[in-house]
Amino acid sequence: MTHEPIDAGPPHAATVVARTQESPSIFTLRLRLDDPAAQAAYRFAPGQFNMLYLYGVGEVPISIMSDPEDRDGIGHTIRAVGRVTQGLAALEAGDRVGLRGPFGRGWPLQEVGGCDVVLVTGGLGCAPVVSVIHYVLRRRERFGKLVIVQGVKHAEDLIWREQYDRWAKLPDTQVLVAASQGGALWPWHVGRVTDLFELAQFNPARAVAMMCGPEGMMRAAADSLLARGLPAPHLYLSMERNMQCAVGRCGHCQFGGAFVCRDGPVFGWDEVKGLLAHRGY
Amino acid sequence: MPIPTEDARFLPADQLTSLVAGLMAIGYRCIGPAVEQGAIVMRPLDTPALPRGLQAEQQPGSYRVGRDPHDRYFAWANGPQAIKPLTFAPQEAMWRVERNAAGTLQFAAVLPPAERLAVIGVRACDLAALALQDAHFLREGRRDTHYARRREQLFLVAVQCAVPAATCFCASTGDGPTPTSGFDLALAELADGFVATAGSDAGRAVLATLGLAPATSQQCEAARQQGVAAASAQTRRMPGGLRETLMSRLEHPRWDDVAARCLACGNCTAVCPTCFCHAEADAPALDGRSSEHARNWDSCFGESHGHLHGTNVRPDIRTRYRQWLTHKLATWHDQFGRSGCVGCGRCIAWCPVGIDLTEEVAALTGGSDQRAPESGKGAA
Repeated sequence: MTHEPIDAGPPHAATVVARTQESPSIFTLRLRLDDPAAQAAYRFAPGQFNMLYLYGVGEVPISIMSDPEDRDGIGHTIRAVGRVTQGLAALEAGDRVGLRGPFGRGWPLQEVGGCDVVLVTGGLGCAPVVSVIHYVLRRRERFGKLVIVQGVKHAEDLIWREQYDRWAKLPDTQVLVAASQGGALWPWHVGRVTDLFELAQFNPARAVAMMCGPEGMMRAAADSLLARGLPAPHLYLSMERNMQCAVGRCGHCQFGGAFVCRDGPVFGWDEVKGLLAHRGY
Repeated sequence: MPIPTEDARFLPADQLTSLVAGLMAIGYRCIGPAVEQGAIVMRPLDTPALPRGLQAEQQPGSYRVGRDPHDRYFAWANGPQAIKPLTFAPQEAMWRVERNAAGTLQFAAVLPPAERLAVIGVRACDLAALALQDAHFLREGRRDTHYARRREQLFLVAVQCAVPAATCFCASTGDGPTPTSGFDLALAELADGFVATAGSDAGRAVLATLGLAPATSQQCEAARQQGVAAASAQTRRMPGGLRETLMSRLEHPRWDDVAARCLACGNCTAVCPTCFCHAEADAPALDGRSSEHARNWDSCFGESHGHLHGTNVRPDIRTRYRQWLTHKLATWHDQFGRSGCVGCGRCIAWCPVGIDLTEEVAALTGGSDQRAPESGKGAA
């Protein structure tokens, strides 16, 4: 499914073909590699990431949120929070960036056919998981129920509201959204993501769960899902660390003995449970 | 490990210069010991003559150059540098990008010149460290081009350590004091010359040009005995099998104790021959038309190492020291199948406050088996 990633060497030149403002601080860039052959050959697995380069400033790791079947562009949803991402936020259609990737290990989608799929995300953790939603919806008959659980700190932080509304109307699909702080006309739950698990309808014994978000949230969600009877080998999560080389070389993303960029970012629960949310790792 | 007796040659002391001259003659730039700013460092040699009689006394937080009363060439254990800077450069450009008037970006790799280097006086601990750096940078399917170009050009003349420093503990890690593999030539210094053995075809070719007599069995035995004596003269020790023990003591009170002494200066990681962390950074040209993307040695003791969009994974010295020690001695096993410590003792000598990792390990593993309750801060 994936092609050989562009190595630690120079990025490929890419052009911004569209920019969408998702929330006051979150935006989506749709990119296309300048070399048509490279764009045509580009493949990724949901859960993998690219290194995006802002001219003269530096690189950041950003998960790929577009549909893997979409061969015409590569989507990244980004929060403007640091030097590079604030610069990327100022780009417009036609501007140039560098791109290398895809890197890392994605979600185990090949192995979970027939299962109910439970997606638990927090904040911008929805971005590395949205390509899983696209993947499942394109192959609906191969999966059981789809449960999408998304939590945000504040109601204003929720992006892709229309998409959540649309997914909620699909058969065998449940959308549960929570905000720690609600807002005017907030139609969903006010509280924690884990409060919503009671409402989630799936068969724990034959479900697979994929999580991405703050580590404390993922640990709480894992405890809740495992207590409900989800087998530990069916629990996956995506980790985030400082990543500079993306090929397991620079050392910043080490999590115990794992290099998150190379061995992850998606891990099985048993691989990370010992150190997850342990301060200092 | 005995010095192999067949093929061993005897290089008279006054012919060491011929060996260096021979390497220079076939195109190697030779690197050897020199005293600089109060320490023995490895520097390019202008002439084939090596300095004699150097020695260095090392203690926690202390390094003093001295004189060897026997005026030997290699009666010093090591200096602050290993061979690491010669293969994994402290600073180097990786690629550059040019932007034209239309805003189009053009990327191109920047490759280092491939210079043929011969290093005279490589220690067994440094050879073990080089093997670990090779495992990291030349990993199957993901070779680091910059590292590989330098590594392929290296000619290594190893020497047996006859006079270990007080900070050395390579015998306990199994990495020294006698070089056993990974060299082109290995020398063991006796009173009147060297027992020389080749470890590669290139080394055999160089040795053959010197026209040396075979080393006698007495000379080989003297070299072997010297290695045994140097091992038993070491006073520090690093126990093996620390992986499970250290990872089960992540909340031990000793981490707080060492954090109160550690300055987080990063000296230990800079002198460590196996540390591989590096940061990547861009340097745009002043005219705005190009930018160079470089990597620089980084340290897990630095503020930015654990930086993650507005938070820090390791916000204090306790968690940074713990990351360094548990990576080096515990999780290194997961990555490379052995400990990341080769017993060179540099981190002990070059720590400005004299923190001794062998002492910290003893306190963590033997001082107390009790785990302190989780501090709770930040942990879910």
